[in-house]
Amino acid sequence: MGDQSLWTVSISPHVKSRESVEKIMWTVVACLIPPLILSVFIFGFQTLIITAISVASCVVTEAISQKALRRPVTIRDGSAVITGILLAYVIPPGVPYWMPVLGAVVAIFVTKHLMGGIGFNIFNPALVGRAFLMATYPVAMTSAWLQPIRDASIFKYMGPGVDAVSTATPLYVLKHYGLGALIEKFGSLTTIYGNFFIGWRPGCIGETSVLLLVIGGLFLIYKGYITWHIPVSVVVSVGFFTWLFGGEGFFNGNPLLAVMSGGVPLGAIYMATDYVTSPNQKKAQLVFGAGVGALTVLIRLKGGYPEGVAYAILLMNTLTPALDSWFKPERFAPPKGAIQ
Amino acid sequence: MPCLENFYWTFGPASSIKTLHDSIESGFAALENELRRKAMNEILPTFPKGGVHPHESKALSERLAIETLPLPEEVDIPLIQHFGAPCKPLVAKKDQVREGDLVGEVEGGLGAHIHASVTGTVKSIGSAASPVSVTSPAITIQTDPDAEPRAYAPSDWKDLPREVLLSRVKKAGIVGLGGAGFPTHVKLSPPPEAKVDTLIINGVECEPYLTTDHRLMLEHPEEIIEGAKIILSILGINRCHIGIEANKMDAVELMSKTVADQASDRFQFTVHALKVKYPQGSEKQLIESITSRRVPGFGLPFDVGVVVQNTGTTKAIYDAVALEKPLYEKVITISGKGIQRQANLRVRIGTRLGDIAAYLGGTTPDLSKIVMGGPMTGFSVSTLDIPVIKTTSGALFLTEDEIDTRPHSQCIRCGWCVDVCPMGLSPNDIGIYVEAGRAEDTEQFGVFECFECGCCAYVCPAKRPLVQFIRLAKMKAKK
Repeated sequence: MGDQSLWTVSISPHVKSRESVEKIMWTVVACLIPPLILSVFIFGFQTLIITAISVASCVVTEAISQKALRRPVTIRDGSAVITGILLAYVIPPGVPYWMPVLGAVVAIFVTKHLMGGIGFNIFNPALVGRAFLMATYPVAMTSAWLQPIRDASIFKYMGPGVDAVSTATPLYVLKHYGLGALIEKFGSLTTIYGNFFIGWRPGCIGETSVLLLVIGGLFLIYKGYITWHIPVSVVVSVGFFTWLFGGEGFFNGNPLLAVMSGGVPLGAIYMATDYVTSPNQKKAQLVFGAGVGALTVLIRLKGGYPEGVAYAILLMNTLTPALDSWFKPERFAPPKGAIQ
Repeated sequence: MPCLENFYWTFGPASSIKTLHDSIESGFAALENELRRKAMNEILPTFPKGGVHPHESKALSERLAIETLPLPEEVDIPLIQHFGAPCKPLVAKKDQVREGDLVGEVEGGLGAHIHASVTGTVKSIGSAASPVSVTSPAITIQTDPDAEPRAYAPSDWKDLPREVLLSRVKKAGIVGLGGAGFPTHVKLSPPPEAKVDTLIINGVECEPYLTTDHRLMLEHPEEIIEGAKIILSILGINRCHIGIEANKMDAVELMSKTVADQASDRFQFTVHALKVKYPQGSEKQLIESITSRRVPGFGLPFDVGVVVQNTGTTKAIYDAVALEKPLYEKVITISGKGIQRQANLRVRIGTRLGDIAAYLGGTTPDLSKIVMGGPMTGFSVSTLDIPVIKTTSGALFLTEDEIDTRPHSQCIRCGWCVDVCPMGLSPNDIGIYVEAGRAEDTEQFGVFECFECGCCAYVCPAKRPLVQFIRLAKMKAKK
């Protein structure tokens, strides 16, 4: 038995669930890998390079920020890796390689660590990184779209002359030229649904494959890491408001096309569900998701940009503290006169 | 599964097929059982909000019959064992005492008597390690190994008046054996304005590892039912519910059978199998699960007409009233992978953990934490000199792979603690306020309604010590 033994003494509970921040974060990373692999075959090998640069910049920025702010360095928890992947996923596939570096510094240092580190940021770091790049390099961010590759020539867009092959996103065509032009450019509606579902359409690096994003999301729901409330309310809200206002007159829009295009699947499943910047209560999450959807449609239809998911999420992020205080959990018979 | 049989008959040699068929069939049966158990668990009654399902770890000890620990050489009987005033010693050094003799008494105030748990000589009246208050004044008794054990014979209590029954409970020094140790005679004396109509016997035992109540129900079902009848007589009511978690279906069946055998017009018993979900055995959650009544914050079960007694306490009430035996021994679970042999042991109050560990073959080299009580709410201790007290439900010897000592990090606001809190509180906010030095401002989050079940800290992926934060918040907010 040994009298010299030292036993651990700590407060209850003494058993804990096997879940951890690392496990959650690295599971999300794993769910984000299949769209990355597919993006190599859609837009070419440079998507992998852009993502790698983005992830590396985020991790390095996190380490330097934490050192500089004299906080423990937590790059192993995987949260900076997620930010890096998501940042790359929301920029066009034809941007110069230095752009994600700039986005990473803004995302990790400014948005995350100056706010207090993980858990204390008000805005989704990757989306602030994107918004910053949109504001500072609007031309690259709105024109470096690439035509999907059809013949597996994944090195086609590497090297000089990328600008020459740039194209327009479906939402841009839809906004400025209408459904007829969209069908003319991308084929019949059935072809469009099929291609969009798999991911073969111009767009940001990781946003195009509805199929793979949804599979990853279902896995996260199965693991209990996210719940259906935010993704479903975002999608339903985008679909509903597009159907209502998105066509000639009322109730004439195409909701299916709206929820499959732009950043809706990526934003609804992986960005609006961010623990830190979305509310805790399920009812509040439904309101949050509905708000994201409504703002997305408003920006798409009335704003200057063809796509609005990123700004819609950022705008709703500002409401999260208020939603958290409006929607409190139901207390178990609180005493009379208790402050609630 | 006849279709499978035909399949093998048609496609394979008959000899090896029989075993293959059997193993597949038993596999299917096991799977079917498991699925049925899970599906059934989902429809069983429970409390509506929150809760977790930690690994039960009860298999280590649930099939081990209760055995009696040989008398230790010495016992330390702490004079502070639970909620209420400390006892005043009634004996002096070198006094001879017999087991069951009154040795400590409370002067006024809330409290319970303390009795000698062995026959022998008072060695000292000093202080001893205590599981609840670091150290406590204690009476140390040296056991006389040749003393005759005291014998108790059951007598008929049914015609005794209510006051006599209650005074026997008080004389026996009974406190709630499930947890906080509230003096039982007080709990059985509801104020005149309370309209108590229901007794609930708590056989839930929702803490992982612990199997004490399970074994008591399997080995002493008649005494428990008899004890429940005594309580019903004291309260002057006839409605009794027995709540048992569905991971003890053998106990559910045996208690149901016992109840049916002892059926009488005077008392109405119902046995409930409850969903396996921690903290099902918490008083408020149990009352809601069975009666759909909610005890208001800072209120007592009296307020909704209910009295709850734990199975072990009910058995002790039977001993006190029918046998006139004071409470000086109890059954505890010794479990965990850090001890050579697990057991459900009947031990004398005051027995040191060291004597128990030695009897069970000692601890293992990889022992890393010792917990008095269950793993969700128990106290970890740093010495084996700690004595068993009335409220000790078990002692767990846990190894590194059974506990989690990972350091905690910042709150990531996943909200899991909010989802699992059975009281509908926000442990995440309380933790953040405490860390920010604003513990005084946590009353708005209902910190005083928290009963420290530990669900929040159990699920927290950042491993935050939320129960510790909440205790700190309570201390600061009180000032």
